[in-house]
Amino acid sequence: MNRYQVQRLGFVLLTLIALVVVVPIVLVVGVIVARGLKAINIEFLIAMPRDGMRAGGIFPAIVGTLLLTLGTALAAIPIGVGGAIYLAEYARDTWLTRAIRLAILNLAGIPSVVYGLFGLGLFVLFLRLGTSILAGSLTLAVMTLPIIISTAEEALRAVPSEFRLVSASLGGTRWQGIRHIVFPQALPGIITGVLLGLLRAAGETAPILFTVAAFFLPHLPRSLFDQTMALPYHLYVISTQVPGMPHEIQYGTALVLLMLVLSINIVATSIRSYFRRRRQW
Amino acid sequence: MRRAEFAIEALIKVLGFSAIGFVLLIFVFLLREGLPVFAQVPLSNLFGTRWYPTFGLFGTLPLILGSLLVTVTAILMALPLGVATAVFVREMAPTWAREVLKPAIEVLAGIPSVVLGFFGMTIVAPLVRQVLGAPTGLTAFTGALILAYMSLPTIVSVAEDALDAVPKSYRDAGLAMGATQWQTIWRVVVPAARSGIVTAVMLGMGRAIGETMAVMMVTGNAARMPLTPDSLFRPVRTMTATIAAEMGEVARGSVHYHALFGVGIILFVLTFLINLAAASTMFKQKRRGGLR
Repeated sequence: MNRYQVQRLGFVLLTLIALVVVVPIVLVVGVIVARGLKAINIEFLIAMPRDGMRAGGIFPAIVGTLLLTLGTALAAIPIGVGGAIYLAEYARDTWLTRAIRLAILNLAGIPSVVYGLFGLGLFVLFLRLGTSILAGSLTLAVMTLPIIISTAEEALRAVPSEFRLVSASLGGTRWQGIRHIVFPQALPGIITGVLLGLLRAAGETAPILFTVAAFFLPHLPRSLFDQTMALPYHLYVISTQVPGMPHEIQYGTALVLLMLVLSINIVATSIRSYFRRRRQW
Repeated sequence: MRRAEFAIEALIKVLGFSAIGFVLLIFVFLLREGLPVFAQVPLSNLFGTRWYPTFGLFGTLPLILGSLLVTVTAILMALPLGVATAVFVREMAPTWAREVLKPAIEVLAGIPSVVLGFFGMTIVAPLVRQVLGAPTGLTAFTGALILAYMSLPTIVSVAEDALDAVPKSYRDAGLAMGATQWQTIWRVVVPAARSGIVTAVMLGMGRAIGETMAVMMVTGNAARMPLTPDSLFRPVRTMTATIAAEMGEVARGSVHYHALFGVGIILFVLTFLINLAAASTMFKQKRRGGLR
């Protein structure tokens, strides 16, 4: 076999490997969509669970997940974007800045269940928030922080330095330049980063296990200090903890969660590509 | 005006350091709740081979080995797949293939772990049982298979960046010496991207060892020492699954409660070390000149 035949064989092999990667992904999404669609109707989306969750809808879990995601956004966006502005616009390359970067990398790598332990220790017990939407949102917010900081920093750094120079040359202070010039230019990229962080929060189960998630609640939460059901935890519960669960409801729940997360994903990536095409630098 | 600006800039500086603050806070609270177990339970018990909290046995060894078995197997599967995919995407895929592969991998990265766990339970585990003829499909192997796919997006994207960072002149030189594209890829480009690929593997490993829900749902959760050769095809229990499964039912402040936080400390330290190693290879690879 000469080296050109080796090359041709190699290319075939790589194509096969790419198929091994792609086919299961298509299969997972395809199976869940195909089987889940049978369960989904208006009642499934807006009714309370009945009959030990074996019938009715998953409304409280959907509301719970939306509330938790909103809470996460409120807590994580100001801290994350502020941190990114510091790193992109103010920080110089010192050992302290390197320590911040290491901390961000490390935060991104901490297992989700360890975030759950941290949330339990700090928010639920030490700050006495109890197992509550507040405690769960804050836990998820800390977990999303590294994603938001690093993507927002990247978006800010992508703005050419000429923008800052022109602002300064017109007598603007550093903060005015950031607020009126750099930040608006970086905003689409920042929104993409925030959405990518939130989609991770919406799909996570382990951090909410001991901080907010309720096995079953027949009503909607009434305050920030209530427990709530949530889609990921609900899927876990009905696929492992409830005997005699109809497969349809399991697949329906999986589909709703998957669609929620994938649609945030699509919105995030289309914002990015839309503004990338339209920007003038 | 000036004063407001000063306040804002001071606030931003504080927020800039928040990441360090949170890492410290997490570590402090893990220690606060986890350290008591080292006083309550003798070390020989803590690092023993049996985890039966109801009988006061808190041996973490089967959990640590369980995590390692699943993680290492997952990486052994994901490494060749991930590097080959990155090479395919970066070096030779036609545009249409790239436009299928990249979004597919992004979708995979976005699928919640509980959904993959559910899929693993209902579709993959029965398949594994049939193929192996085993009594159960909930095995370490099933977990590793799911984990391999979960760590693929990390490995592919970091390895792709590493290949991207290899200067174009390296490729030109390889081709100019009369090597085929295939030879250039494997003898010049991939070796030049080596340290980035190591980073990719380590980040993937960090992701895999900390993965909780999917692993808990498909590995069967039997806390046994995975020392026999067939352990890969038998149920196993990881550190993450132990915490997630047991913390809900444990009394606050009990020995068992502190022991679970102790397992959390082990996990935190392990992932910290893995990420530190990944970071050091990452900082190393930044120094290299040449045309892109």
